[in-house]
Amino acid sequence: MDFLRPASWEEALAAKAEHPTAVPIAGGTDVMVEINFDHRRPEYLLDLNRVTDLTEWEVGQDTVRLGASVPYTSIMENLRAELPGLALASHTVASPQIRNRGGVGGNLGTASPAGDAHPALLAAGAEVEVESVRGTRLIPIDEFYTGVKRNALAADELIKSVHIKKADGPQQYSKVGTRNAMVIAVCAFGLALHPETRTVRTGIGSAAPTPVRAKAAEEFLNAALEEGGFWDNAKIITPSVAKQFAELCSGSCNPIDDVRGTASYRRHAVGVMARRTLTWTWESYRGARRTIEGAA
Amino acid sequence: MRVNFTVNGRRQEADDVWEGESLLYVLRERLGLPGSKNACEQGECGSCTVRLDGVPVCSCLVAAGQVEGREVVTVEGLADFARQRAEHGGCASGACGTSLQDAQRWAAKGQDSHTGEGTELSPIQQAFIDAGAVQCGFCTPGLLVAADEMLERNPNPSDADIREALSGNLCRCTGYETIMDAVRLAAARQGEAV
Repeated sequence: MDFLRPASWEEALAAKAEHPTAVPIAGGTDVMVEINFDHRRPEYLLDLNRVTDLTEWEVGQDTVRLGASVPYTSIMENLRAELPGLALASHTVASPQIRNRGGVGGNLGTASPAGDAHPALLAAGAEVEVESVRGTRLIPIDEFYTGVKRNALAADELIKSVHIKKADGPQQYSKVGTRNAMVIAVCAFGLALHPETRTVRTGIGSAAPTPVRAKAAEEFLNAALEEGGFWDNAKIITPSVAKQFAELCSGSCNPIDDVRGTASYRRHAVGVMARRTLTWTWESYRGARRTIEGAA
Repeated sequence: MRVNFTVNGRRQEADDVWEGESLLYVLRERLGLPGSKNACEQGECGSCTVRLDGVPVCSCLVAAGQVEGREVVTVEGLADFARQRAEHGGCASGACGTSLQDAQRWAAKGQDSHTGEGTELSPIQQAFIDAGAVQCGFCTPGLLVAADEMLERNPNPSDADIREALSGNLCRCTGYETIMDAVRLAAARQGEAV
């Protein structure tokens, strides 16, 4: 095994181009587990810890450019206002020690259906900035996950950052597991209200071969909210609407039975989380509307 | 490969390190510092917790090559680290720290239920002894490093803060209540000292 230690992003790209089989390592919270258990013996390890650009973030007009190695702890501490869904998801990752090392770039690189960041990224809307010596491209998050632990990266590409839409409304995240810390999700659900476009987006984790959006549920809810004038009158969501939204979210799952839970439990739990997160975010939206109207 | 880094305030050099080796393995097997414990090797148990450039991490998940030029504090250097922090707000001169020989020979010499007199122990170590938070002792080093870092950041932690800070450290003996007592005790003593 060779240990490659590029000092800059350019050197990292050159190294990846020269050794396309090199396994990038940043926080090490996935890669080292595989090496410790002898599940993986890469020919080259490509250490990204010296590439300091990767641990920086930038809050722009509409998006946050989040460096691939920004640790979850930093997201929780610094980006809660801009990325509330991702900050909540980050807080459910493992333990403080793991959150101090791991970041969204690793979650995307591993592309496990159980990765905690994915539902939040899908719900907020994001693009993954990847680069190789050939150039840069932005991959929409919906096209990034291509299979179980597979993603749209080419062999010579590295993940540089994620461009995540800043929240324009309430966001929520929910995860099922046996305890709060150190848990791989049995299943997870992210929801974001986007009042500016009057749309709702979702993300489901651990309930299909890849992280997915519940697109049929989104379309149904968008239409129901529009038809009832909910965005303007900020009424309580009709229970029948919430119920159907939940059922459609369950229907978007394609889960399996495994050691963490059964397929039917996952479908059920996703429906429950969908209804709850819709209620939480919608109540928050109504509260914000009342405050604005009260002040006017 | 060779790895040069700082351990407990002193420059160290580890030779013949395999490229896929963890920081934990280097500490235990190359430098003879077995204080950091090796259990799950997957970041679940926190027994191998050390400070890497001040940040608590699972040393089993840090590749040895990633620590080149960086600073590590292990449980063997915790007493000195805590003393430097209390007296000087950290080590400014570079002359402090714990030598490899001292660290290898390090053993807990508590002043049974006397506080503020034992120079060999950090306040959190003394509190663990006084509160009876140690049974088999396997999880203790990781808990000490994690708890000490939390008290540095958050001198007046709530119970929820303590639980969260220690949520990555598993104990299978004492059942956490005495560990909670120990951290509360250390926080209270820290408050009295100021």
